[in-house]
Amino acid sequence: MPLLTQDEAQALLKKVLSYSKADECEINLTGTITGNIRYARNSVSTSGGISTNTLVVSSAYGKKLGVATINEFDDASLEKVVRRAEELAKLAPENPEFVSFLGPQKYAEPVMFVPATAAITPKQRADAVAQSLQVAKDTKTVAAGFMEDTTTMNAMMNSKGLFAYNTSTGVNFSITMRTEDGKGSGYATRGYNDFTKLDTKKASQIAADKGLKSATARAIEPGKYTVILEPAAAAVLLENIFFGLDARQADEGRSFLSQPGGKTRLGEKLVDERVNMYSDPLNPELPTSTWAGDGRPQEKVSWIEKGVIKNLTYSRYWAEKKGVKAIPGPDGVIMEGGTKSLEELIKGTKKGILVTRLWYIRPVDPQTLLLTGLTRDGTFYIENGEIKFPIKNFRFNESPVIMLNNLEELGKVERTVSVESNVNYLIPPMKIRDFTFSSLSDAV
Amino acid sequence: MKRRDFIQLAGMGAGALMLPVSSLANTITAEELLVPGLDVSQKKRLADVGLNTARSNGATYADVRIGRYLNQFVITRENKVQSVRNTESYGVGIRVIANGTWGFAATNEVTPDGIKKATERAVTIAKANSKFQKEPVKLAAEKGYGEVSWKTPIQKNGFEVPIKEKADLLLNANAKAMEKGANFINSIMFLVNEQKYFASTEGSYIDQDIHRTWPNFQVTMIDKASGQFKTRSAFSAPVGMGYEYLDGKAQDKIQGPGGITLYNKSYDIVEDATFAAEQAKQMISAKSVEPGKYDLVLEPSHLWLTIHESVGHPLELDRVLGYEANYAGTSFATLDKLQSKTFQYGSKAVNFVADKVQPGSLGAVGYDDEGVKTKQWDLVKDGILVNYQAIRDQVHILGQGESHGCCYSQSWRDVQFQRMANVSLQPGKTQLTPDQMIAGVEKGIYIVKDGSFSIDQQRYNFQFGGVLFFEIKNGKIAGMLKDVAYQSNTQEFWNSCAQVCDERDYRMNGAFNDGKGQPAQSNAVSHGSATARFNGVNVINTGRTL
Repeated sequence: MPLLTQDEAQALLKKVLSYSKADECEINLTGTITGNIRYARNSVSTSGGISTNTLVVSSAYGKKLGVATINEFDDASLEKVVRRAEELAKLAPENPEFVSFLGPQKYAEPVMFVPATAAITPKQRADAVAQSLQVAKDTKTVAAGFMEDTTTMNAMMNSKGLFAYNTSTGVNFSITMRTEDGKGSGYATRGYNDFTKLDTKKASQIAADKGLKSATARAIEPGKYTVILEPAAAAVLLENIFFGLDARQADEGRSFLSQPGGKTRLGEKLVDERVNMYSDPLNPELPTSTWAGDGRPQEKVSWIEKGVIKNLTYSRYWAEKKGVKAIPGPDGVIMEGGTKSLEELIKGTKKGILVTRLWYIRPVDPQTLLLTGLTRDGTFYIENGEIKFPIKNFRFNESPVIMLNNLEELGKVERTVSVESNVNYLIPPMKIRDFTFSSLSDAV
Repeated sequence: MKRRDFIQLAGMGAGALMLPVSSLANTITAEELLVPGLDVSQKKRLADVGLNTARSNGATYADVRIGRYLNQFVITRENKVQSVRNTESYGVGIRVIANGTWGFAATNEVTPDGIKKATERAVTIAKANSKFQKEPVKLAAEKGYGEVSWKTPIQKNGFEVPIKEKADLLLNANAKAMEKGANFINSIMFLVNEQKYFASTEGSYIDQDIHRTWPNFQVTMIDKASGQFKTRSAFSAPVGMGYEYLDGKAQDKIQGPGGITLYNKSYDIVEDATFAAEQAKQMISAKSVEPGKYDLVLEPSHLWLTIHESVGHPLELDRVLGYEANYAGTSFATLDKLQSKTFQYGSKAVNFVADKVQPGSLGAVGYDDEGVKTKQWDLVKDGILVNYQAIRDQVHILGQGESHGCCYSQSWRDVQFQRMANVSLQPGKTQLTPDQMIAGVEKGIYIVKDGSFSIDQQRYNFQFGGVLFFEIKNGKIAGMLKDVAYQSNTQEFWNSCAQVCDERDYRMNGAFNDGKGQPAQSNAVSHGSATARFNGVNVINTGRTL
């Protein structure tokens, strides 16, 4: 089934809703078309694609909720899924945290859909990969990469009169270029809503350049260093703050945002005053949905302003209990930056380390948001404003909260992709002092 | 292990419990979980449509996997049932070789026409990709097994146990933890049933019924005055067993060092939740560790994850060859190290065996997802690297003629590829108990249950935390420690292995969500060991203040 237009989706959802006999009913419809190509050792290893449509029906009797899903769309199937959700609701234990569905909402017009991405052909995918493989051939490097494009339609309707619809497109690309002797490795990643912005050749050249330049890495002592984190490296650390903004966890005392005596850090200065983080569904460089999966509008929200925690995310249940606005979690976060390019940040650094990418990030202590992980695919020593030589990879133990208190300088914002979560962000490269590297790694 | 699912779930408010959720699965009723799928003769007829279509379109090999994947989750917190979900994912995946190149396609239309179309698509993809292929795919020989079947030998089908009974068990465990002063507890029962039918052009028609069970919880204790909080996770293991794992038989309870209770082939969740609350309280007031070198005594509920990351992954042949270079990474354990026959992976006490057959393990199946009969094989013998894990299209690179039988796909819609088998440290041959082992340690730490984990992309440098840490002073447990993590290098670490307890102490643990591939797929895998001692390992202090 192709993706439905707004009118088609509305008609389908109305029909499903007409079958409902429950106190309340809410229906979510998602259609996704994805395509991907994976390559390694300079050859395509797998490629595939799938088109799926899923209808989720949530039926409630009082505080008893049943959820059923289906991917068949004939009338009999549609009625069956509604009956099934109702049966499940009747059997379910009462959930004291159930909150009645939302009434009609006003949403801004989303700007996530780019026709060129939705119209991508297998040939375009193959050509994009061929350009990357050509770079490998020209530079005598070994390429391993992955490209995945997605076109999505989301719609929802409920018995309280709410209706929402949007479409979006996206493409994520990542490339690792290794030297033939396995002594050097470089990486680049790109994410866009618009496929025509993706330049696989340029990204592959950057990865190959880093791979070739990192081949003669020297070991230097672990310890505290000034680092310049490229956006892809910073993203995997900072997203642990974004994912940890839940008010309930903070109120319950089990978050880095909790304080002794049941208080939280909301309204308090947490990091350097130059740190500003927000989400904005209408940002043209990082457009996201203007509504959340439960129908709440997604608006521009400031999370950290001048280093102060301005807002936390709430489930509707917790917001009702606390008597505050139920702000949903963001789909993409933007960190404000400065005006300098990465090269200018390097130029202004007396001694430091340039980090291309961080890898295998895992929480060590949720109390302080201490994380561990390693540098990977291009780590270089900087002296007197110049990259002097490649260095062996390090393991770090660092908290993004402590790190943002040791901020030296921010560069120009770029769109990047987290290798851990696949989420896209707008994040600047950043210079940080006293970043803690705790041991050396022989990994290339 | 994979993290993406965890992040998505944490966002959904399920706390820190990790579980994979397939976005493509349909929700069904508990009764529908018990409805039998197609009978074998119907599956054979459908599979033959795919095999014949592949042949007539010029494929030289084809396999058809008809899969019905059932999950049940019962999720609770404190005195509430938060969610009960039953899901079903049903469809067929067809893999072919045409022009010497793999092609794959999947469909949820499990009809002759749906299978025919998907097979044609798989052949088209194979032919299109063959222009990028440098060498044709070479498959190790495998005989056709005819019509055969295999079932996880369960005693009690968890899907037949009423949901109320499962929810009550979790709520009872929650209540016990709360009575002991816990501030919060999140608990979950997670059941899996894979009904898989495999047919290939080599004459195999294999019907398998696979069960897995995982009860889990997280108890959180908060010290209001200081704001400190600690979480103690369940001492359960995810298992390839039925609901009998929840029987909590007395014979499966082990009194471990430091006064702790550990579990072997069955688990008492209510008792463990009680202990968890008591221990979480002690974890807050424990002494912060002094960094330095310690002899580590690692309990099987902890050591499994170190084995998984530092032995299981680097010995996957596709990683060694570079197929995972862009994501999971490559491996330090390069082919020349195997060929030298002298690479000292560990000390003489270190023997690693891979298998897909251990009863009760997550990896146990009769046949893998490309129709290879499963077995056990050596990876490291007396400390020397002797083999990898490889499947039909790569084992020839090792000069071996037989696949190891560790090919797996997480569902009908994903292409199968090499996945980790169970990889286990063999118990020591000399009689030795954990208490006797500890008695020989002057300055050490006894670590129980897996915690934080991270390893580099070639599997050299790693860092592991844990849940409970006990200081060992002059052969005796001297109280609890906190803020402990150890860092080492794989080869150095396994060469520092001085002793492994005997087979009486051998137990398995594992994970449902081992991640690999792009798009990423989950694999369930177990790792067995007895308690083992590692001399002079670097321990760091992870305590910080904001």
